[in-house]
Amino acid sequence: MNEQVQAVQTAPAKPETAPLDAARARRDFPIFSRRVHDRPLVFLDSAASAQKPGAVIDAVRHCYEAEYANVHRGVYWLSERATEAFEGVRKTVAGFINAADEREIVFVRGTTEAINLIAHSFGRYSLAPGDEIVISAMEHHSNIVPWQILRDEIGVKLIIAPINDDGELMMEAFAELLGPRTKLVAITHVSNALGSIVDVGEIVRLAHEAGARVLIDGAQAVPHLGVDVRELDCDFYAFSGHKLYGPSAIGVLYAKAELLESMPPYQSGGDMILSVSFDKTEYNAIPYKFEAGTPNIAGTIGLGAAIDYVGALGLPAIAAHEQDLLDYATARLKEIDGLRLIGTARDKASVVSFTLADVHAHDIGTVLDRQGIAVRTGHHCALPVMERFGVPATVRASFGLYNTRDDVDALIGGLAKVREIFG
Amino acid sequence: MSELRDLYQEVILDHYRRPRNFGKSPLCNRQANGHNPLCGDKLTIYLLVKDGTVEEVTFDGAGCAISVASASLMTEMLKGLSVADARALFERFQGAMTGSGDGVDSLEDLDKLAVLSGVREFPVRVKCATLAWHTFRAALDDSDDTVVTE
Ligand SMILES: Cc1ncc(COP(=O)(O)O)c(C=O)c1O
Repeated sequence: MNEQVQAVQTAPAKPETAPLDAARARRDFPIFSRRVHDRPLVFLDSAASAQKPGAVIDAVRHCYEAEYANVHRGVYWLSERATEAFEGVRKTVAGFINAADEREIVFVRGTTEAINLIAHSFGRYSLAPGDEIVISAMEHHSNIVPWQILRDEIGVKLIIAPINDDGELMMEAFAELLGPRTKLVAITHVSNALGSIVDVGEIVRLAHEAGARVLIDGAQAVPHLGVDVRELDCDFYAFSGHKLYGPSAIGVLYAKAELLESMPPYQSGGDMILSVSFDKTEYNAIPYKFEAGTPNIAGTIGLGAAIDYVGALGLPAIAAHEQDLLDYATARLKEIDGLRLIGTARDKASVVSFTLADVHAHDIGTVLDRQGIAVRTGHHCALPVMERFGVPATVRASFGLYNTRDDVDALIGGLAKVREIFG
Repeated sequence: MSELRDLYQEVILDHYRRPRNFGKSPLCNRQANGHNPLCGDKLTIYLLVKDGTVEEVTFDGAGCAISVASASLMTEMLKGLSVADARALFERFQGAMTGSGDGVDSLEDLDKLAVLSGVREFPVRVKCATLAWHTFRAALDDSDDTVVTE
C-alpha cells in the first residue's frame, strides 16, 4: 500500500519549470558529436525513434557492469539488487503516468506488443461475434492490424472513425458510431503521421457512457504531453521507451488492475506462474501474469533513467520548446512555393508532414540526407492516412527536446537545395 | 554533393516529368504489378508479346524520380527486343546495378541506361531503379503476384 501512496506523490504535476535550454540539453546526447556525410547531424526523426542521452546510456552500462543478474529468481545479493532496480522502474513508470498502483504497469516490448497483448487477451476472451471495435482513420498500422486479425478470427466488427481535412478526429461522428455493441475503442493519442492530438479525455467519457473500454496508443504522446491515466480514466494505455529517449524493445502497457485481474495470460512460461504441475498451473499475480520469461532487464533500467531525465528537464518545458519549434517550422514551411502541409490540426504535437510540388518524398529524403538532415519519408506506417489525403508518401520532420531553430533553418535550406535540383 | 547531381541528371528528371510510353496499352496481352513499400512506389508494366518478340512495353503508376525514370528508360530499351534478348538485358542491368552476377557489364555499356549509374552511390535507392525491371520480368512470366522490393 505504501507504494501506491508513493506513486501518487511522484505524479508529474510540475506546474513551474524553467524553460528548456535545448542547446544545452543537446550536449547530453553523444550522437550529436558525430557527422553525417561530413556535415553536422540534423536529426528530425524523433517520432520514429528518439536519440539517447548519456544518462540512459550510462544507466544501461551500469546495469551490466554493476547490477546485472536475472530478476525475481535468485536469493543472492546481486539478483536482489537487480530485482530492486527493475521493480524500482515500475514505480517510476507508475509515477510518470500517475497510475494508482504499480501492479497496473506491465513491461512489454513496446506499443506494438502492448496492443497485441490486449487483442489476444482482452480481445479474444471478452469480445463476441458482432461486437464492435472503433478505431480512427489515423491509426498506426500497429493499431489496425491486430484488430483485423481479431475480426477475422472471432467475427468482431471494425469501425473507423473519420478525420477531417485538417487531420482532426471528427468527434461528433465518432460519438455517433458508439452503440450498445461497441466494446472497445482503440485510438491514438497523437497521430504519428499528422501530429494531431486527439482529445482522448472526451473519447473516454463518450466510450464509457456507451459501456465500452478504451485503449489509448500513447506512443507519440508520452514524449510530449504529460499523461495522467487516472485523470483520463482510460482502461489501457500503451507506449514505447525508445520514443521517450529510452532504449528500444522496452515499453509499457498500463491497464486498470481489475481488468488485468480478469484477463487471461498473453504469453506463458516462466515468471508468470506461481506453481506448475502437469495437472494444473496457477498463475502469478498481476502484473507478472503478463510478463512471461526473462524480461528486458537493462532496457527497463534505461527506461527508468529516460523518465528521470525527462522529468528533470520537465515535460511542460519540453512541450513549450517543441511548440515553439512547431510554430516556427510551420511558418517557414508555409513560405515555400508548392509545399503542402499534411496535417494542420489546431492541436498538434511537434510533427510536420508535407509534400513539395511534384517531387517525390523519397527523392526529397535523399537530397536532405546528403546534407546531414535525417527526416522520415514514406507512409509512416499509416497507409490509410496517406490514402485519406491522396498522397503516396510524405516527408515528415519531427522535433525532440534537443532540436533547435537552427535545425529548422537547416531543413528549410535543404529544401531550397531540393528546389535547385528539381527546378 | 556532386553525387546528387549524378543521381538526378537532367535525363532522369526529364523522364520523371515526361515519362515515355506511359499509360496502359490497349494491345497488351500481359501485365504485372510492382510495389516498393519503402517509398510507396507502385508501377504496372503492360506488354504485348507476339511471336517471341516484345512488341510493346508501356507502364503506369506513381513513384519517385528514380523508379519512374528507370521505368520510362526501360520501355524505350525493351521495345522490339526478342524475349530472350529482353531477359538477357534484365540480367545485365540487374547485375550492373547491384554489382552481382557474372555479368562484367558496367552500366556505361548499357546505352541510355548509363544515366542510372549515379544510383549506385545510393544503395537504398537501387531498389527504386530495379523495380520496373523486376516487374517487367514478372509480366513476361505473366505472374499474378505483385512484385515487391524493399
Ligand atoms: C502512433 C504509433 N503507434 C504505435 C507505434 C509502434 O510503436 P513500436 O514500434 O515502438 O511498437 C508507433 C511507432 O512508430 C507510433 O508512432
